[in-house]
Amino acid sequence: MMIGTVPGFPGNQTSLNPVGPAAQHIESEFALIFWITASVYCIVLLALVLYVVRRKHSLGEMPEPLPTDLSSDRRAQRVVGGAMIVTVVLLFTIMVGSFVTGHALGSMNRESAYTIDVYGHQWWWEVHYPNDEPDKTVVTANELHVPVGVPLRIHGTSRDVIHSFWAPNVHGKRDLMPGYDTDIVMQVDQPGRFRGQCAEYCGEQHAHMSFYMVAESKQQFNQWLEDQAKSSFEPVSQQTVRGQQVFLSHACVMCHTIRGTAAGSRVGPDLTHLASRQTIAAGVLPNTTGSLAKWILNAQSIKPGCRMPPNQMSGNELRDLVAYLETLK
Amino acid sequence: MITTTPTGNTAELTEQERAQAARLEAVWSEPGGFWGWFKAVHHTTIGKRYVVTAFAFFLLAGLLAGVMRLQLAFPEAHILTNDKYNQFFTMHGSTMMFLFAVPMMFEALSVYLVPLMVGTRSIAFPRLNAYSYYLYVFGGLMFYVAFLCNTGADRGWFSYVPLAGPDYGPGKRPDFWAQLITFTEVSAIAVAVEVIVTVFRLRAPGMSLNRIPIFVWGQVTVAFMVLFALPGVVLSSTMLLLDRTCNTQFFNPVVGGDVLLYQHLFWWFGHPEVYLIFIPGTAVISTIVTTFSRRHVFGYLVLVLSLVATGFMAFGLWVHHMFATGIPQIAESYFTAASMMIAIPTGAQIFCWIATIATGKVVLKTPMWWAIGFFFVFIMGGMTGIFVASVPVDLQVHDTYFVVAHFHYVLIGGAVFPLFGAFAYWFPKVTGRMMSETLGQITFWLFFVGFNITFFPMHLVGIRGMPRRVYTYPANMGWTTLNQIESLGYVLLFVAVCVLLVNVFRSMRTGAPAGANPWKAGTLEWGATSPPPPYNFLHLPTVNGREALWDAAPNQPVVGGLDEDARSFLTTRTLDAEPATRDEFPGPTIWPFLAAVATTIAFVGSIFTPWGITLGSIPVAITLIGWFWPERQAAERRRAREIWQSE
Repeated sequence: MMIGTVPGFPGNQTSLNPVGPAAQHIESEFALIFWITASVYCIVLLALVLYVVRRKHSLGEMPEPLPTDLSSDRRAQRVVGGAMIVTVVLLFTIMVGSFVTGHALGSMNRESAYTIDVYGHQWWWEVHYPNDEPDKTVVTANELHVPVGVPLRIHGTSRDVIHSFWAPNVHGKRDLMPGYDTDIVMQVDQPGRFRGQCAEYCGEQHAHMSFYMVAESKQQFNQWLEDQAKSSFEPVSQQTVRGQQVFLSHACVMCHTIRGTAAGSRVGPDLTHLASRQTIAAGVLPNTTGSLAKWILNAQSIKPGCRMPPNQMSGNELRDLVAYLETLK
Repeated sequence: MITTTPTGNTAELTEQERAQAARLEAVWSEPGGFWGWFKAVHHTTIGKRYVVTAFAFFLLAGLLAGVMRLQLAFPEAHILTNDKYNQFFTMHGSTMMFLFAVPMMFEALSVYLVPLMVGTRSIAFPRLNAYSYYLYVFGGLMFYVAFLCNTGADRGWFSYVPLAGPDYGPGKRPDFWAQLITFTEVSAIAVAVEVIVTVFRLRAPGMSLNRIPIFVWGQVTVAFMVLFALPGVVLSSTMLLLDRTCNTQFFNPVVGGDVLLYQHLFWWFGHPEVYLIFIPGTAVISTIVTTFSRRHVFGYLVLVLSLVATGFMAFGLWVHHMFATGIPQIAESYFTAASMMIAIPTGAQIFCWIATIATGKVVLKTPMWWAIGFFFVFIMGGMTGIFVASVPVDLQVHDTYFVVAHFHYVLIGGAVFPLFGAFAYWFPKVTGRMMSETLGQITFWLFFVGFNITFFPMHLVGIRGMPRRVYTYPANMGWTTLNQIESLGYVLLFVAVCVLLVNVFRSMRTGAPAGANPWKAGTLEWGATSPPPPYNFLHLPTVNGREALWDAAPNQPVVGGLDEDARSFLTTRTLDAEPATRDEFPGPTIWPFLAAVATTIAFVGSIFTPWGITLGSIPVAITLIGWFWPERQAAERRRAREIWQSE
């Protein structure tokens, strides 16, 4: 729209470092409001300081109240009236700018948009890529791969309390509420990893509920989607076979799904392609051998209050399990 | 408690006046002794207690903020656990809103000042006033006892469902929060009724509507807002409590309940709440700017209409706290427009104050410094308010630290700066002694600089993506330095408040005697001695202009003919303040205190069982019967007056 961009705010979770048209529109409106309000602020306070300095009376005895001076009041009336008119005009400008921006956001191409379903959980994100052929539906968690330059329709709701889906470089936030379905259209114009975070207070671990939006070329995205739709890798080495057994005979199987095995519960994140994700625990830890082991043994020490219970297992069992999970590319 | 030293003009009284003063003193003085403390009903007594209590809660909530700033000074810190942090920020917000801001800005200031400023002997319904105070104290005590027992509210000051509902908010934490609301709102509604009746029926003769001091206009506007806004939150918190204790399903989406309904009810109250915190603040600023610019305020009518208009518009904006819920575009446009519009009356007030300064003689004493600080801080809050009023921008900044910065600029700028100005301004009236000017200015500068260091970086960290209500954050987000600067700013704020306390305690003992009117101000409270006697005015004043003392005629008449053997007062007509009738206030009694105890038992009981209200209403009924038990003497006097008046 108008005055363009605001420099000086780098980062991959920054509203003024837009990577898509939605965040760009908002940045322009932000800039418009910033320049107007900053100028008004400076002028008003400058006037105040000037008048205080000019009309300053010495301390000490309080002077008697001044008699009303009609002529200076009339002059002041004119100035105040003028200032009010300017105020109204500026507010009107901002308001129209806001409407234009709102319209631009609302009229982004919804029909041809690619749909991704997002479900908020305490404290992680469940992500579905629906497909007309049910066996090609992809389910993953905490990492949204999206194609660059394609309008996206994020369709969301919550599985428990209210969460808010927010990746500031891409678009503003939208609450995910139980009992309501919501739609928000956005688009990412450059490849990269953009961080997002729950923006509605959702309890004990609200601080640790982030996700990544991974924008990649259409080809890469389609390849990724195809890989994700596959069943999990069958374990080949002895260790990973044992690891799968550990998974299926411990509490893990009560909450998680690994497609292609007997594990099919939907309480926790789908782990079918866990190893293809860069972080675990909703962005809290990097997806490494060490952090997987820590997380499995006692998630409560990392993310107190989260739904993942501590798991009792021997060192060998843990090693086998982690080795198995790391094959789930 | 604050002890006060009488000073001032008793020396100039005639023999006859001295005898009259003694008679009034005998009728109006508060009962002494330990039990007397619980029987007191005079508005200055209750008003001082409100000030001290609300300030104590301000200090508590401020200390909680200090621990939170320590936690946030380092990424992934473990000074507070997530559970403790969530309790801390909920307690901080709930205390500041429900136990400090509204009780201080509305209840405390209006209970103490409004009757004095309209020139009457007490507040209307003084026993209800005492009851409201005890209820407020007991609510606050309950909330903090629960906190100390690790049952502190932890669902945010808004306690959204379903997070605070029975499924996701186990234990009793949200129940204590819900009942805190009931306590404080009942008490605020009681004071609202008192203020409305005091302002519309008890004004001094001659104080027609167009001569009411702007401070009083502010408080009466707030009183009306309280009556209309607070039922919304009482409703939502009661429905929440019912969902939790009686298995109702108001907010359970699974069986057709609605989680958004809660937000609408809450913000129906929650938005006007902001205005009923800073309207008294702006009304204080009008008063201070008038006195320290040494002229009648410029644009009286505009200022009054702005206050009233703000009061009305405040009810049309609540959805702007819910923009991110995805409301229809047409509704978005309406609420954007309404939110922008509120800047017009606020702007008008600011221009009128600057015009007053520009055409007056500015005396830069401590209260005026706070007023100037108010301009810098509050206007900044107003400007960032325009960002959050615009739906698209709000989608980015909503629930981030940008909003935390915004509302601290609005609320600390709009309420705490004026409040500290009000402390410096009215301290001589309340205690009879002046505060130290040096310490006052040191407090101001420490607070002003500390405030900006603490809260300005929050704008930036919010734009860089830091959400609110997070107990910690990763180290690589670029938020660490800004958070550390904020935490350092807190230290200055802490020192500033300490200096303020030192100043208060020192000045109470050794401050220079103030006399009745140290600022040579124009409103009626400065016509009473400092501190005011229990009957406020020896001669009830009449009014000849907007600044009663400045505009008084050389032989301004006083009201005569009131009984001196009872707490009698004069009522006047609403519009022109012509004398209407005489009536008398009830005297001191223990019953409001007992009624508050009984009500507290019922409210706290209902946290644990719904029978709390059913059974608890029996002692409440008994204490109310005691409270309203008629007195033979008073009834006879009233009958005699009615015969006289009907003739």
